[in-house]
Amino acid sequence: MALPSTEDIVDDLSFFDDWEDKYKYIIDLGKSLPEFDEAWRTQERLVKGCQSSVWIQPGNEQDPLKGEVLVFSVDSDAIIVRGLLGLVLAALNKKTPQEILDFDITAYFEELDLERHLSPTRGNGLRSIVNRIKGIAQAAV
Amino acid sequence: MSFDVAAIREQFPILKREIDGKPLVYLDNAATTQKPQCVIDALVDYYTTCNSNVHRGAHRLADEATRRFENARDIVKVFLNAPKREEVIWTSGTTESINIVANGLGQLLSPGDEVITTGMDHHANLVTWQQACKASGAILKTVPVTDDGELDQAAYDALLNDKTKFVAFPHVSNALGTVNPVKAMTAKAKQVGAWVLVDGAQGAAHGWADVQDIGCDFYVFSGHKLYGPMGVGILWGRESVLESWPVWRTGGEMIATVTLQESTWNVLPYRFEAGTPNVGDAIALGEAIRWFSALDHDAVIAHEEALLDHATALAKDFDGLTIIGNAKEKIGVLSFVLDQGHPADIGFLLDRQGIAVRTGDHCAQPLMARFNVPGTARASFAIYNTIEEVDALFVALRKVRSMLA
Repeated sequence: MALPSTEDIVDDLSFFDDWEDKYKYIIDLGKSLPEFDEAWRTQERLVKGCQSSVWIQPGNEQDPLKGEVLVFSVDSDAIIVRGLLGLVLAALNKKTPQEILDFDITAYFEELDLERHLSPTRGNGLRSIVNRIKGIAQAAV
Repeated sequence: MSFDVAAIREQFPILKREIDGKPLVYLDNAATTQKPQCVIDALVDYYTTCNSNVHRGAHRLADEATRRFENARDIVKVFLNAPKREEVIWTSGTTESINIVANGLGQLLSPGDEVITTGMDHHANLVTWQQACKASGAILKTVPVTDDGELDQAAYDALLNDKTKFVAFPHVSNALGTVNPVKAMTAKAKQVGAWVLVDGAQGAAHGWADVQDIGCDFYVFSGHKLYGPMGVGILWGRESVLESWPVWRTGGEMIATVTLQESTWNVLPYRFEAGTPNVGDAIALGEAIRWFSALDHDAVIAHEEALLDHATALAKDFDGLTIIGNAKEKIGVLSFVLDQGHPADIGFLLDRQGIAVRTGDHCAQPLMARFNVPGTARASFAIYNTIEEVDALFVALRKVRSMLA
């Protein structure tokens, strides 16, 4: 399944008045993320938070227009974190390393009014995942 | 005396807060309790009227600060029923207290000695002893936890022998709420000649910290879980044991005389209080204990038991909820998992409804592994919580369950 674009996500989420609809959207996004191979839930792919765990598998592929783009498979044992990862992937998946580095993830989460989830105190690994993705992009430019 | 929860709540300004337009329901008291106005005032008053360094100034402020600081030590002595005020040592909290003992007494351990901790200790009372054992060659043994979340007393008996030098266990489990039989466990350890440390991080706030009754050698707790400020706590140790190990942290108040080559050490308690102590927080902790001790203790316990009983009854009726920890003796903690949600999901969605709980491993990863859960959601209760707040938790949990379905 193709992820919605960041523009679509900002549109969709701004449409909701109450938190329940917003989190249902995030939960649904989490459920719709491509399945992550159970065998990939290994220590090397683990980004441990104290509240939930996140796994990431980086790869790359050729985009006919852009050249090499980075591709990430991600997973979490918490469904809301999976949904938040979906928001991250909508912004950073299948992008060139330079596009990833140029993207302001903090501003994006602020626009979604979800910046609290990026806070390091959340312990959900989301901030670490973003840093990991940016690090991989940095190494690839 | 009786117990008026509305009057208690009035004294806690933070309880008037709203979260996203909903009244705050604060059920994370095992992580830290809120502070009554008198504790906040004590802290502000110290910095407003007599801030200065204790024991060393030749001026009025230092006199006043020292008097308040030492008066707070006397309050703690009475609270713990400690034989001597010199045995009451200020620390930054439970974790530092245990580190002081593990690094100090750890020097007395030899290869082949045995140290016992439990499968329900939080990391501060486990990792410290792992390290002390690695450094000394002592062997670390663990009292297993039963399916109900109690310490397996038969296994504990079997672990004790004449090689057992040290035993450490929690008074109350932070993750499960289990109240351990600390007096009986201490007595058994003393029979084989071991030193005993009771981790009172979760026990002190229930007013059960009578060290002479328990019979232990060390009792430690944090001020912030006892309605006091963060950053201050207590190490109580039996005088003869505190004096038995070589000092390992030096400087400041713990010195008696110094030449360029040699130093001698101050007497207890200062021998352990290297550097400038946390004077303001110590004074405010004294005030917290004074405030807490003035309450009707039996009524406080009855109220806390009523909260947990009500929460447990609602939890047992809640489809898809499993309580983690069903010890016969429990206080203050309802730890649980839901079939349909990771604890982190539960925490997010409760927070959005104004309900503050802790989710995760509760700094007790081996215990979570024991119950084969990634963590739990934990509602923990304090004296200012109400039956209505427990009801609100379960109304909110129904919404969580439907959203995650």
